[in-house]
Amino acid sequence: MRLFPSGLLLSWILTGCGGTQSLYHWGHYEDLLHAMYTHPGKAEPPLQIEILSQDIDRAHASGQAVPPGVHAHLGYLLSLQGHMDAARREFETEKSLYPESARFMDQLMKGMTE
Amino acid sequence: MNWVRLSMAVGLMAVIGSFAGCMAPPGFDYSAYRAHRPRSILVLPPRNESNIVQAPYVYLSTITRPLAECGYYVFPVAVIDAFMKENGLPTAEEMHGVSLQKIREVIGADAVLYVTIEDWGQKYLIVQSVTVVKARAQLVDTVSGDVIWQGRQYLSQSSGGGDPLGSLISATLTQVFAWLSDPTYPLIRRANYRMLSDPDQGLLLGPYRSYTQENDHCLDPH
Repeated sequence: MRLFPSGLLLSWILTGCGGTQSLYHWGHYEDLLHAMYTHPGKAEPPLQIEILSQDIDRAHASGQAVPPGVHAHLGYLLSLQGHMDAARREFETEKSLYPESARFMDQLMKGMTE
Repeated sequence: MNWVRLSMAVGLMAVIGSFAGCMAPPGFDYSAYRAHRPRSILVLPPRNESNIVQAPYVYLSTITRPLAECGYYVFPVAVIDAFMKENGLPTAEEMHGVSLQKIREVIGADAVLYVTIEDWGQKYLIVQSVTVVKARAQLVDTVSGDVIWQGRQYLSQSSGGGDPLGSLISATLTQVFAWLSDPTYPLIRRANYRMLSDPDQGLLLGPYRSYTQENDHCLDPH
């Protein structure tokens, strides 16, 4: 898709060239949050799932860390689409990357089985 | 396709804006913060004193990154919002009313960032428009209930037109990336960094950044 490299270039221009000391590969997480809230219907779960999965692949490919919340957000979207096993894997990944999330991730997984 | 709004959004970037810095008193006392250093921060949807309905959610979509870059675990803001709504708390007011004990018990957050939007959006003047974002924030330790940090942010930027990049942006892009037509989005990002990375009154570093006792302030990564 040609769309996303252009998007990346633009976000680079508009946010003023992300710092060299960033801890994470941010990808489109915040832009997707903004789009889903301000333009309902424009960032539906399937589109978000596709873009966030690409972001995660890019982070891995570049050796950068996936930011706090991204795996959890992806897991939540997957659960909305009925992909419960895939959702659970994302929540477990969030938990192993960020132990601070454990209680909330357990809460979400408990909610899925009820 | 609203070219006028788009042009203004892009024009903003080329304009040297006027801005006001943080307005909290100097000499912030970090003793409570250092006594209860959180690992994780829960950001609830902000309360809204402006008349722009979307303001809290534009804010919410920009706050994760600067907090995480200061070294904290930040709970997924949209998942938290949905989780609270599913559990019978439809508004920010009600979410802000949840007890710290309950937040600790159910979510496991060490600290909660309570934000109130005071003013927001574009004001149209005769020959130009001014975009304003104004908010206050408090970081509260969920164990002691102490306010361990607080900050204010107020940034305004005027736009006099100018459209150097407009021709580069396709209509498709602006449909997917709604922020291209929202001048508050880049402005609140800058206001966040300015508030959180203020050398005298900003946040301290969290566990995912290394720091020393002499040098533990969050710095702007840009």
